Amino acid sequence: MKAPPFAYARARHLSDVFELLDRHGDGAKLLAGGQSLMPALNMRLSAPQVLIDISRLHEHAYIKVENGHVHIGALTTHAQISDSAEIRKYLPLLADAAQHIAHPAIRNSGTFGGSLAMADPAAEWPACCVTLDAQIGLASKAGRRRVAARDFFEGLYATAMKPNEVLTDVVIPIPGADYRHAFLELARRRGDYAIVGVAALAKVSGSALNELRLTYLGINEKPLVATKTSQVFVFKGFSEEALEEAQNVLASELDPSADLYSAAATKLHLAQVLTARAMKQLFA
Amino acid sequence: MDTILETAFTINGESITRRIPVRQNLVDFLREEMGLTGTHIGCEHGVCGACTVRVDGKIVRGCLMLAVQAEGRNVETIEGLSDSGEIADLQDAFHKRNALQCGFCTPGMLLTVQDLAMRNPQATREQIREHISGNYCRCTGYQAIVDAVETVLTARTLG
Repeated sequence: MKAPPFAYARARHLSDVFELLDRHGDGAKLLAGGQSLMPALNMRLSAPQVLIDISRLHEHAYIKVENGHVHIGALTTHAQISDSAEIRKYLPLLADAAQHIAHPAIRNSGTFGGSLAMADPAAEWPACCVTLDAQIGLASKAGRRRVAARDFFEGLYATAMKPNEVLTDVVIPIPGADYRHAFLELARRRGDYAIVGVAALAKVSGSALNELRLTYLGINEKPLVATKTSQVFVFKGFSEEALEEAQNVLASELDPSADLYSAAATKLHLAQVLTARAMKQLFA
Repeated sequence: MDTILETAFTINGESITRRIPVRQNLVDFLREEMGLTGTHIGCEHGVCGACTVRVDGKIVRGCLMLAVQAEGRNVETIEGLSDSGEIADLQDAFHKRNALQCGFCTPGMLLTVQDLAMRNPQATREQIREHISGNYCRCTGYQAIVDAVETVLTARTLG
Protein backbone atom coordinates (compact mmCIF):
# COMPACT_ATOMS: atom_id res chain seq x y z
CA MET A 1 0.00 0.00 0.00
CA LYS A 2 0.96 3.65 0.03
CA ALA A 3 1.55 5.84 3.06
CA PRO A 4 -1.37 7.92 4.32
CA PRO A 5 -1.07 11.70 3.83
CA PHE A 6 1.24 13.60 6.13
CA ALA A 7 3.11 16.89 6.19
CA TYR A 8 6.89 16.87 5.99
CA ALA A 9 9.55 19.01 7.58
CA ARG A 10 13.27 18.64 7.02
CA ALA A 11 15.26 19.48 10.14
CA ARG A 12 18.56 21.34 9.69
CA HIS A 13 19.52 21.47 13.36
CA LEU A 14 18.58 19.69 16.54
CA SER A 15 16.85 22.91 17.63
CA ASP A 16 14.46 22.58 14.63
CA VAL A 17 13.53 19.12 15.89
CA PHE A 18 12.77 20.38 19.42
CA GLU A 19 10.68 23.18 17.96
CA LEU A 20 8.68 20.85 15.72
CA LEU A 21 8.19 18.25 18.47
CA ASP A 22 6.92 20.95 20.81
CA ARG A 23 4.54 22.24 18.20
CA HIS A 24 3.14 18.91 16.98
CA GLY A 25 3.47 16.67 20.03
CA ASP A 26 2.14 13.15 19.54
CA GLY A 27 1.12 13.93 15.96
CA ALA A 28 4.77 14.01 14.87
CA LYS A 29 7.18 11.18 14.11
CA LEU A 30 10.92 11.39 13.57
CA LEU A 31 12.17 9.96 10.28
CA ALA A 32 15.77 8.75 10.64
CA GLY A 33 16.79 5.81 8.44
CA GLY A 34 13.14 4.97 7.81
CA GLN A 35 13.64 1.22 7.70
CA SER A 36 10.96 0.59 10.35
CA LEU A 37 8.87 3.76 10.05
CA MET A 38 8.45 3.65 6.27
CA PRO A 39 7.13 0.06 6.24
CA ALA A 40 4.74 1.03 9.07
CA LEU A 41 3.54 4.01 6.99
CA ASN A 42 3.22 1.97 3.81
CA MET A 43 1.18 -0.64 5.67
CA ARG A 44 -0.81 2.13 7.32
CA LEU A 45 0.05 0.91 10.79
CA SER A 46 1.18 4.44 11.58
CA ALA A 47 -0.47 7.69 10.53
CA PRO A 48 1.47 10.68 11.86
CA GLN A 49 0.33 14.17 10.93
CA VAL A 50 3.89 15.35 10.52
CA LEU A 51 7.11 13.58 9.60
CA ILE A 52 10.20 15.33 10.90
CA ASP A 53 13.05 14.22 8.67
CA ILE A 54 16.21 14.15 10.81
CA SER A 55 18.27 12.17 8.29
CA ARG A 56 20.23 15.26 7.21
CA LEU A 57 21.65 15.95 10.66
CA HIS A 58 24.92 14.44 9.47
CA GLU A 59 26.86 15.64 12.51
CA HIS A 60 25.00 12.94 14.47
CA ALA A 61 26.51 10.11 12.41
CA TYR A 62 29.89 9.26 13.97
CA ILE A 63 31.91 6.65 15.81
CA LYS A 64 34.50 8.12 18.21
CA VAL A 65 36.81 6.46 20.72
CA GLU A 66 37.57 8.60 23.78
CA ASN A 67 38.78 7.83 27.31
CA GLY A 68 37.94 4.16 27.29
CA HIS A 69 34.51 4.66 25.73
CA VAL A 70 33.07 4.39 22.26
CA HIS A 71 30.67 7.19 21.34
CA ILE A 72 28.18 6.38 18.60
CA GLY A 73 25.98 9.09 17.08
CA ALA A 74 22.32 8.19 16.76
CA LEU A 75 22.31 8.53 12.96
CA THR A 76 25.23 6.16 12.43
CA THR A 77 23.97 3.46 10.06
CA HIS A 78 24.16 -0.28 10.66
CA ALA A 79 26.54 -0.48 7.69
CA GLN A 80 28.87 2.15 9.20
CA ILE A 81 29.04 0.12 12.41
CA SER A 82 29.52 -3.12 10.49
CA ASP A 83 32.36 -1.60 8.40
CA SER A 84 34.09 0.25 11.26
CA ALA A 85 37.59 -0.94 12.18
CA GLU A 86 37.21 0.77 15.57
CA ILE A 87 34.00 -1.12 16.35
CA ARG A 88 35.64 -4.40 15.28
CA LYS A 89 38.57 -3.64 17.57
CA TYR A 90 36.86 -2.20 20.65
CA LEU A 91 33.29 -3.54 20.52
CA PRO A 92 33.42 -6.76 18.49
CA LEU A 93 30.04 -7.77 19.94
CA LEU A 94 28.46 -4.98 17.86
CA ALA A 95 30.43 -5.97 14.77
CA ASP A 96 29.15 -9.56 15.06
CA ALA A 97 25.58 -8.48 15.81
CA ALA A 98 25.52 -6.16 12.77
CA GLN A 99 25.81 -9.18 10.47
CA HIS A 100 22.37 -10.32 11.65
CA ILE A 101 20.60 -7.05 10.91
CA ALA A 102 18.44 -7.40 7.82
CA HIS A 103 20.20 -7.08 4.44
CA PRO A 104 22.85 -4.81 2.86
CA ALA A 105 20.37 -2.30 1.38
CA ILE A 106 18.57 -1.98 4.74
CA ARG A 107 21.84 -1.67 6.67
CA ASN A 108 22.88 1.22 4.42
CA SER A 109 19.89 3.28 5.59
CA GLY A 110 18.80 2.02 9.01
CA THR A 111 20.35 3.77 12.00
CA PHE A 112 21.68 2.72 15.40
CA GLY A 113 19.64 5.34 17.27
CA GLY A 114 16.53 4.59 15.24
CA SER A 115 16.67 0.95 16.20
CA LEU A 116 17.11 1.76 19.90
CA ALA A 117 14.27 4.31 19.89
CA MET A 118 12.03 1.82 18.08
CA ALA A 119 12.75 -0.85 20.75
CA ASP A 120 11.61 -3.80 18.67
CA PRO A 121 11.82 -6.90 20.88
CA ALA A 122 13.54 -8.87 18.09
CA ALA A 123 16.17 -6.19 17.39
CA GLU A 124 19.88 -6.76 17.97
CA TRP A 125 21.09 -3.35 19.19
CA PRO A 126 18.90 -3.11 22.33
CA ALA A 127 20.21 -6.45 23.67
CA CYS A 128 23.81 -5.48 22.80
CA CYS A 129 23.48 -2.11 24.56
CA VAL A 130 22.08 -3.76 27.70
CA THR A 131 24.90 -6.33 27.73
CA LEU A 132 27.58 -3.67 27.19
CA ASP A 133 26.13 -1.37 29.87
CA ALA A 134 25.62 1.45 27.38
CA GLN A 135 24.40 4.90 28.35
CA ILE A 136 21.81 6.36 26.02
CA GLY A 137 21.85 10.11 25.41
CA LEU A 138 18.55 11.97 25.16
CA ALA A 139 17.98 15.63 24.43
CA SER A 140 15.06 18.03 24.50
CA LYS A 141 14.60 21.75 24.76
CA ALA A 142 14.89 21.32 28.54
CA GLY A 143 18.40 19.86 28.26
CA ARG A 144 20.26 16.61 27.99
CA ARG A 145 20.25 13.47 30.09
CA ARG A 146 21.64 9.96 30.00
CA VAL A 147 19.76 6.76 30.75
CA ALA A 148 21.39 3.37 31.31
CA ALA A 149 20.35 0.94 28.57
CA ARG A 150 19.02 -1.50 31.20
CA ASP A 151 16.52 1.19 32.31
CA PHE A 152 15.84 2.58 28.84
CA PHE A 153 13.83 -0.33 27.44
CA GLU A 154 10.48 -0.49 29.20
CA GLY A 155 8.38 -2.81 27.07
CA LEU A 156 7.08 -3.54 23.61
CA TYR A 157 8.22 -0.56 21.48
CA ALA A 158 8.28 1.40 24.76
CA THR A 159 11.26 3.30 26.12
CA ALA A 160 12.11 5.86 28.80
CA MET A 161 12.09 8.60 26.14
CA LYS A 162 9.58 11.40 26.64
CA PRO A 163 7.51 12.48 23.63
CA ASN A 164 9.54 15.70 23.27
CA GLU A 165 12.92 13.98 23.48
CA VAL A 166 15.34 12.92 20.76
CA LEU A 167 17.85 10.09 21.08
CA THR A 168 21.20 11.73 20.25
CA ASP A 169 24.01 9.29 21.00
CA VAL A 170 25.16 6.22 22.86
CA VAL A 171 28.25 5.89 25.04
CA ILE A 172 29.62 2.41 25.58
CA PRO A 173 32.48 1.52 27.96
CA ILE A 174 35.15 -0.54 26.20
CA PRO A 175 35.42 -3.92 27.91
CA GLY A 176 38.95 -4.80 29.12
CA ALA A 177 41.29 -7.14 27.28
CA ASP A 178 40.19 -10.08 29.45
CA TYR A 179 36.59 -9.87 28.22
CA ARG A 180 35.21 -12.18 25.57
CA HIS A 181 31.97 -11.94 23.69
CA ALA A 182 29.49 -13.97 21.69
CA PHE A 183 26.49 -12.88 19.64
CA LEU A 184 24.27 -15.62 18.30
CA GLU A 185 20.87 -15.49 16.68
CA LEU A 186 18.41 -17.84 15.05
CA ALA A 187 16.11 -16.61 12.29
CA ARG A 188 13.93 -18.35 9.70
CA ARG A 189 15.98 -16.83 6.90
CA ARG A 190 19.21 -14.89 6.87
CA GLY A 191 18.48 -11.31 7.84
CA ASP A 192 14.94 -12.08 8.92
CA TYR A 193 13.59 -11.10 12.35
CA ALA A 194 15.23 -13.03 15.17
CA ILE A 195 13.29 -15.90 16.70
CA VAL A 196 15.75 -15.83 19.58
CA GLY A 197 19.17 -14.30 20.04
CA VAL A 198 21.72 -13.86 22.79
CA ALA A 199 24.37 -11.23 23.44
CA ALA A 200 27.02 -12.54 25.84
CA LEU A 201 29.93 -10.79 27.51
CA ALA A 202 32.27 -12.58 29.91
CA LYS A 203 35.36 -11.77 31.92
CA VAL A 204 37.54 -14.81 31.68
CA SER A 205 40.82 -15.71 33.35
CA GLY A 206 42.09 -19.16 32.48
CA SER A 207 39.23 -21.58 33.04
CA ALA A 208 37.51 -19.26 35.53
CA LEU A 209 34.65 -16.99 34.67
CA ASN A 210 34.64 -13.87 36.81
CA GLU A 211 31.71 -12.08 35.26
CA LEU A 212 29.07 -13.04 32.75
CA ARG A 213 26.16 -11.20 31.26
CA LEU A 214 23.70 -13.03 29.02
CA THR A 215 21.02 -10.86 27.40
CA TYR A 216 18.33 -12.49 25.29
CA LEU A 217 16.34 -10.92 22.46
CA GLY A 218 13.13 -12.11 20.84
CA ILE A 219 12.01 -13.72 24.10
CA ASN A 220 9.89 -11.07 25.77
CA GLU A 221 8.84 -7.50 25.17
CA LYS A 222 12.28 -6.14 25.98
CA PRO A 223 15.86 -7.42 26.26
CA LEU A 224 16.07 -9.92 29.10
CA VAL A 225 19.17 -10.24 31.29
CA ALA A 226 19.42 -13.80 32.65
CA THR A 227 21.21 -13.06 35.92
CA LYS A 228 20.65 -16.40 37.66
CA THR A 229 21.69 -18.41 34.63
CA SER A 230 24.86 -16.34 34.37
CA GLN A 231 25.61 -16.96 38.03
CA VAL A 232 25.59 -20.74 37.51
CA PHE A 233 28.52 -20.42 35.12
CA VAL A 234 30.30 -17.89 37.34
CA PHE A 235 30.13 -20.27 40.31
CA LYS A 236 30.77 -23.50 38.46
CA GLY A 237 32.76 -22.52 35.39
CA PHE A 238 31.89 -24.13 32.10
CA SER A 239 31.27 -27.87 32.15
CA GLU A 240 28.59 -30.22 30.85
CA GLU A 241 27.18 -30.35 34.36
CA ALA A 242 27.11 -26.56 34.71
CA LEU A 243 25.50 -26.28 31.30
CA GLU A 244 22.71 -28.69 32.24
CA GLU A 245 22.04 -26.81 35.46
CA ALA A 246 22.17 -23.45 33.68
CA GLN A 247 19.67 -24.61 31.07
CA ASN A 248 17.29 -25.64 33.84
CA VAL A 249 17.72 -22.30 35.56
CA LEU A 250 17.17 -20.56 32.22
CA ALA A 251 13.84 -22.39 31.91
CA SER A 252 12.73 -20.80 35.20
CA GLU A 253 14.20 -17.42 34.36
CA LEU A 254 12.86 -16.96 30.82
CA ASP A 255 9.16 -16.88 30.20
CA PRO A 256 9.06 -16.60 26.42
CA SER A 257 6.04 -15.21 24.63
CA ALA A 258 4.92 -17.18 21.59
CA ASP A 259 4.89 -15.30 18.29
CA LEU A 260 3.28 -16.02 14.93
CA TYR A 261 5.80 -18.70 14.08
CA SER A 262 7.22 -20.14 17.29
CA ALA A 263 5.58 -21.55 20.40
CA ALA A 264 6.91 -20.48 23.80
CA ALA A 265 8.40 -23.96 24.32
CA THR A 266 10.23 -23.73 21.00
CA LYS A 267 11.69 -20.36 21.94
CA LEU A 268 12.86 -21.65 25.31
CA HIS A 269 14.47 -24.67 23.67
CA LEU A 270 16.22 -22.47 21.11
CA ALA A 271 17.41 -20.12 23.86
CA GLN A 272 18.92 -23.13 25.66
CA VAL A 273 20.64 -24.25 22.47
CA LEU A 274 22.05 -20.76 21.87
CA THR A 275 23.23 -20.57 25.49
CA ALA A 276 25.27 -23.74 25.03
CA ARG A 277 26.75 -22.43 21.77
CA ALA A 278 27.54 -19.05 23.30
CA MET A 279 29.32 -20.63 26.28
CA LYS A 280 31.34 -22.88 23.97
CA GLN A 281 32.36 -19.84 21.96
CA LEU A 282 33.35 -17.90 25.10
CA PHE A 283 35.57 -20.77 26.23
CA ALA A 284 36.89 -21.74 22.80
CA MET B 1 5.61 22.27 6.79
CA ASP B 2 4.98 20.94 3.31
CA THR B 3 2.84 18.44 1.48
CA ILE B 4 4.46 19.19 -1.90
CA LEU B 5 8.11 20.07 -2.10
CA GLU B 6 10.27 21.28 -4.96
CA THR B 7 13.08 18.77 -5.11
CA ALA B 8 16.25 18.78 -7.20
CA PHE B 9 18.43 15.75 -7.67
CA THR B 10 20.26 13.66 -10.22
CA ILE B 11 18.84 10.55 -11.87
CA ASN B 12 21.26 8.50 -13.94
CA GLY B 13 23.42 11.57 -14.49
CA GLU B 14 20.56 13.88 -15.46
CA SER B 15 19.68 16.79 -13.16
CA ILE B 16 15.98 17.19 -12.55
CA THR B 17 13.79 19.51 -10.52
CA ARG B 18 10.19 18.55 -9.77
CA ARG B 19 7.41 19.43 -7.38
CA ILE B 20 6.88 16.15 -5.54
CA PRO B 21 4.14 15.15 -3.09
CA VAL B 22 6.01 14.43 0.15
CA ARG B 23 4.32 11.07 0.69
CA GLN B 24 5.48 9.68 -2.66
CA ASN B 25 8.10 6.93 -2.38
CA LEU B 26 11.21 7.22 -4.52
CA VAL B 27 10.32 4.11 -6.51
CA ASP B 28 6.83 5.45 -7.34
CA PHE B 29 8.34 8.74 -8.45
CA LEU B 30 10.88 6.98 -10.69
CA ARG B 31 8.21 4.82 -12.29
CA GLU B 32 5.24 7.20 -12.48
CA GLU B 33 6.89 10.56 -13.07
CA MET B 34 10.15 9.64 -14.81
CA GLY B 35 8.93 6.57 -16.73
CA LEU B 36 11.81 4.53 -15.36
CA THR B 37 9.86 1.31 -14.94
CA GLY B 38 12.90 -0.95 -14.70
CA THR B 39 12.82 -0.53 -10.93
CA HIS B 40 10.00 -2.76 -9.74
CA ILE B 41 7.56 -2.53 -6.86
CA GLY B 42 6.98 -5.73 -4.96
CA CYS B 43 6.12 -5.81 -1.29
CA GLU B 44 6.33 -2.08 -0.52
CA HIS B 45 7.70 -2.73 2.94
CA GLY B 46 11.36 -3.44 2.36
CA VAL B 47 11.33 -7.22 2.28
CA CYS B 48 11.54 -8.29 -1.38
CA GLY B 49 14.31 -6.09 -2.83
CA ALA B 50 12.62 -5.57 -6.23
CA CYS B 51 12.82 -1.77 -5.77
CA THR B 52 16.57 -1.63 -5.08
CA VAL B 53 18.24 1.53 -6.44
CA ARG B 54 21.59 3.19 -5.79
CA VAL B 55 21.71 6.52 -3.94
CA ASP B 56 25.08 8.25 -3.60
CA GLY B 57 26.74 4.96 -4.53
CA LYS B 58 24.92 2.82 -1.95
CA ILE B 59 22.07 0.41 -2.59
CA VAL B 60 18.83 1.26 -0.79
CA ARG B 61 15.18 0.26 -0.88
CA GLY B 62 13.27 2.58 -3.22
CA CYS B 63 10.04 1.83 -1.34
CA LEU B 64 11.49 2.90 2.03
CA MET B 65 12.71 6.31 0.93
CA LEU B 66 10.59 9.32 0.12
CA ALA B 67 11.32 10.90 -3.25
CA VAL B 68 11.80 14.29 -1.52
CA GLN B 69 14.61 12.73 0.53
CA ALA B 70 16.60 12.45 -2.71
CA GLU B 71 17.14 16.25 -2.62
CA GLY B 72 20.71 16.97 -3.73
CA ARG B 73 21.57 13.31 -4.09
CA ASN B 74 22.65 11.07 -6.93
CA VAL B 75 20.11 8.36 -7.77
CA GLU B 76 21.00 5.52 -10.15
CA THR B 77 18.57 2.93 -11.45
CA ILE B 78 18.84 -0.22 -13.52
CA GLU B 79 18.39 1.93 -16.64
CA GLY B 80 21.51 3.95 -15.74
CA LEU B 81 23.65 0.94 -14.88
CA SER B 82 22.46 -0.83 -18.00
CA ASP B 83 23.03 2.08 -20.41
CA SER B 84 26.51 2.84 -19.08
CA GLY B 85 27.62 -0.75 -19.64
CA GLU B 86 28.64 -1.04 -15.99
CA ILE B 87 26.85 -4.35 -15.54
CA ALA B 88 26.92 -5.67 -19.11
CA ASP B 89 28.90 -8.74 -18.05
CA LEU B 90 26.45 -9.49 -15.23
CA GLN B 91 23.47 -9.16 -17.57
CA ASP B 92 25.17 -11.46 -20.05
CA ALA B 93 25.96 -14.05 -17.36
CA PHE B 94 22.38 -13.94 -16.01
CA HIS B 95 21.15 -14.62 -19.55
CA LYS B 96 23.61 -17.44 -20.25
CA ARG B 97 23.09 -19.16 -16.89
CA ASN B 98 19.30 -18.84 -16.90
CA ALA B 99 19.52 -16.77 -13.75
CA LEU B 100 16.08 -15.35 -14.41
CA GLN B 101 12.75 -16.70 -15.51
CA CYS B 102 9.99 -14.13 -15.04
CA GLY B 103 12.58 -11.35 -14.55
CA PHE B 104 10.64 -9.45 -11.89
CA CYS B 105 13.47 -9.59 -9.32
CA THR B 106 16.26 -9.17 -11.88
CA PRO B 107 16.80 -5.37 -11.81
CA GLY B 108 17.03 -5.34 -8.00
CA MET B 109 19.13 -8.47 -8.04
CA LEU B 110 21.59 -6.92 -10.54
CA LEU B 111 21.95 -3.74 -8.47
CA THR B 112 22.62 -5.86 -5.38
CA VAL B 113 25.19 -8.18 -6.95
CA GLN B 114 27.00 -5.26 -8.57
CA ASP B 115 27.22 -3.75 -5.07
CA LEU B 116 28.80 -7.00 -3.86
CA ALA B 117 31.20 -7.10 -6.80
CA MET B 118 32.42 -3.60 -5.91
CA ARG B 119 32.70 -4.25 -2.17
CA ASN B 120 33.97 -7.80 -2.16
CA PRO B 121 35.23 -8.94 -5.58
CA GLN B 122 36.53 -12.21 -4.10
CA ALA B 123 33.18 -13.17 -2.53
CA THR B 124 32.53 -16.87 -1.95
CA ARG B 125 29.26 -18.57 -2.91
CA GLU B 126 28.21 -18.30 0.74
CA GLN B 127 28.92 -14.55 0.71
CA ILE B 128 27.01 -14.15 -2.56
CA ARG B 129 24.01 -15.84 -0.95
CA GLU B 130 24.37 -13.61 2.09
CA HIS B 131 24.47 -10.45 -0.01
CA ILE B 132 21.37 -11.35 -2.04
CA SER B 133 19.45 -12.55 1.04
CA GLY B 134 17.29 -9.43 0.86
CA ASN B 135 16.32 -9.95 -2.78
CA TYR B 136 13.58 -12.50 -3.30
CA CYS B 137 13.44 -14.60 -6.46
CA ARG B 138 10.45 -16.90 -6.70
CA CYS B 139 11.52 -18.67 -9.93
CA THR B 140 15.12 -19.79 -9.99
CA GLY B 141 15.83 -21.22 -6.57
CA TYR B 142 18.86 -18.89 -6.55
CA GLN B 143 21.32 -21.57 -7.68
CA ALA B 144 21.63 -20.15 -11.21
CA ILE B 145 21.91 -16.61 -9.84
CA VAL B 146 24.81 -17.60 -7.59
CA ASP B 147 26.40 -19.41 -10.57
CA ALA B 148 26.11 -16.29 -12.75
CA VAL B 149 27.53 -13.98 -10.08
CA GLU B 150 30.39 -16.36 -9.32
CA THR B 151 31.25 -16.53 -13.03
CA VAL B 152 31.40 -12.75 -13.31
CA LEU B 153 33.42 -12.26 -10.12
CA THR B 154 35.98 -14.78 -11.36
CA ALA B 155 36.11 -13.23 -14.83
CA ARG B 156 36.48 -9.70 -13.45
CA THR B 157 39.24 -10.78 -11.07
CA LEU B 158 41.14 -12.52 -13.87
CA GLY B 159 40.29 -9.89 -16.48
